[in-house]
Amino acid sequence: MSETDIGVWGVLIAVLGGAIRVGTPFLFVSLGECLTEKSGRVNLGLEGNLVMGAMSAYAISYYTGSPWLGVLGAGCSGLILGLIHGLLCQNPKVNHIAVGIALMIFGTGLAFFLGKPFIQPTAPHLPAVSLGFWSDSPVLRAALEINALFFVGLALVPAIYFMLKNTKWGLMIRVVGESADAARALGYRIQLIRLLTTMAGGFLAAIGGAYLSLYYPGSWNEGLSSGQGLMAVALVIFARWNPIYCLYASLLFGAAAALGPALQAVGISWGYYLFNAAPYFLTLMIMIMTSSAKQNLAGMPGEFTR
Amino acid sequence: MLKTLEAFAVTLVAIIISLVLISIFIWASGNSFIEVYQTIYKGAFGTWFSWQNTLVRAAPLMLTALCTAIPARVGLVVIGGEGAVVMGGLFAAITGISLNGMSPGFVLFAMLFTGALSAGLWILGVGALQYYRGVNETISSLLLNYIAIAILNFLVVGFMRDPATLNKPSTHHIGDANMMGVIGESSIHYGLVLGILLCIALWFVTSRTTFGFSMKITGGNPRTAKLAGLNVGKIILVSCFIGGACAGIAGVVEVAAVHGRANSSLNAGYGYAGILVAFLARHNPMAIILFAISLGGIQASGGLMQRRHDLPDASVLVMQGIIFVVILASEVFYGRLKIPNLFQSQKTAQENAA
Repeated sequence: MSETDIGVWGVLIAVLGGAIRVGTPFLFVSLGECLTEKSGRVNLGLEGNLVMGAMSAYAISYYTGSPWLGVLGAGCSGLILGLIHGLLCQNPKVNHIAVGIALMIFGTGLAFFLGKPFIQPTAPHLPAVSLGFWSDSPVLRAALEINALFFVGLALVPAIYFMLKNTKWGLMIRVVGESADAARALGYRIQLIRLLTTMAGGFLAAIGGAYLSLYYPGSWNEGLSSGQGLMAVALVIFARWNPIYCLYASLLFGAAAALGPALQAVGISWGYYLFNAAPYFLTLMIMIMTSSAKQNLAGMPGEFTR
Repeated sequence: MLKTLEAFAVTLVAIIISLVLISIFIWASGNSFIEVYQTIYKGAFGTWFSWQNTLVRAAPLMLTALCTAIPARVGLVVIGGEGAVVMGGLFAAITGISLNGMSPGFVLFAMLFTGALSAGLWILGVGALQYYRGVNETISSLLLNYIAIAILNFLVVGFMRDPATLNKPSTHHIGDANMMGVIGESSIHYGLVLGILLCIALWFVTSRTTFGFSMKITGGNPRTAKLAGLNVGKIILVSCFIGGACAGIAGVVEVAAVHGRANSSLNAGYGYAGILVAFLARHNPMAIILFAISLGGIQASGGLMQRRHDLPDASVLVMQGIIFVVILASEVFYGRLKIPNLFQSQKTAQENAA
């Protein structure tokens, strides 16, 4: 069977394609969370943004016929949820973590509530770029169908990295995240900066949701998200608060999440559910190995120390 | 006393604000909110049947809320109730199946013991990782939820599966004789009694004992607690174990009193709703009883809301979310309510203020 024999390189490319396909939402939520956390605030509610974004993108794409308007609409829904989170957390007595959980329940609930009529109809999907034109193998061609949103995410990685490292805004965000006292002394408006980064983070996470409903798996239902939004916080710890590492981490997690179904496809179905837990187990192990009770993690914004 | 009064007043204000917001939400969905509130009341507390339904749902909520509330008293935000319920239920099923045929009372006791022990150790691990390695307890407990669910699915679909369960893979039945009974003629099982007793007992421990006081100091400032000579590590580990064991008992109750088997009904969201109850109750075990019953009532009325007003089941989630957000935002009010102290002379009040 020469047609399906794609060789070692072919398998690797197919795995990479799978990692990109599953990992794109991870990329968006981790970039969003990274931006928020750089300013010294944790948003645990990105799962709500993700599900809400998936629903709004699907609904808007269905009504307008334009998936890109859907992506924009999803971003706006994330912006609003981020705004609520940012405003609530402005009071130092309010627990960030609990607000995140509350908005997660609220966001998913609202998405399920408003999304009931959209479970049946089909909305136009996002376009994909075929990078497999050089190959004759249908397997490789399918694996190299890369969605346009991935390239948007890919472009955002160096952009956010550059913004944080080399611009005045980036410096302001980092100062606020590193030491609120120093930022206050410099006359920065801490609450406003944190509000804006939380909103931007919410925007990105919701676009991750739009990818879920408009490309892969490509439909809207209540079981669409498998906790990608919840993983954001863990991913950012894994990526050491660095946008470039966020990309690698997302691809790794995408590959890990694609492992179970891939093994099932080749006939190994024994540990399907255990492989489903692979990303979570991986994160936990990495957190245990890299954390220390005596010193902070490298790269962690100073405001997180208790 | 004044503090309790303040908490009471602020919670009341927050509940009124969330009721107003929920009314707007219901009105926007094209229903009369007065009618919907009547339906919720009817579905939750209107009849003896709905009361039973409410209380059956409240029982696991009390127990999972303790899983967040007890570690919260030593300053940890643990959200691993869902995983602890799964572990407790799974070990209860394993124990029940393997001991089937022995005296039912002993089997039930063994199920409670192994369920509480396994889930307690599960959450104790979260506390240990936090204390010894500095691993963020919120994230690790969240990850452990997914790992616990994966272990459950793996065993239930794999070699623990009862081949007779086709649509919903489940373990074998623990045996009818080993099931936890119901109270009198009702459908309320003894899990409710367990939940209420544990809430009262833990209220006593946290507010009336030396250990409870040392928990409070640890939660306030671990460094102070260490300076005071307290064994902070032990206090954190014990609190996490207690919290996990409570959620584990919720899992045991789900298996031994409701389903008779371990299956995916164990991860039906009791753990996440329990977090909401714990925060509503401000981590006070006594208040948990009240809020668990209220939330159980809202959940119980979901079906009736759907039939009468065509509100999808997700509306219950939206309402929970609104209440949760408002309760958290109401923290802003603490310390701002000025209650004049009649027993304090004007002069000392001014001195205190200065």
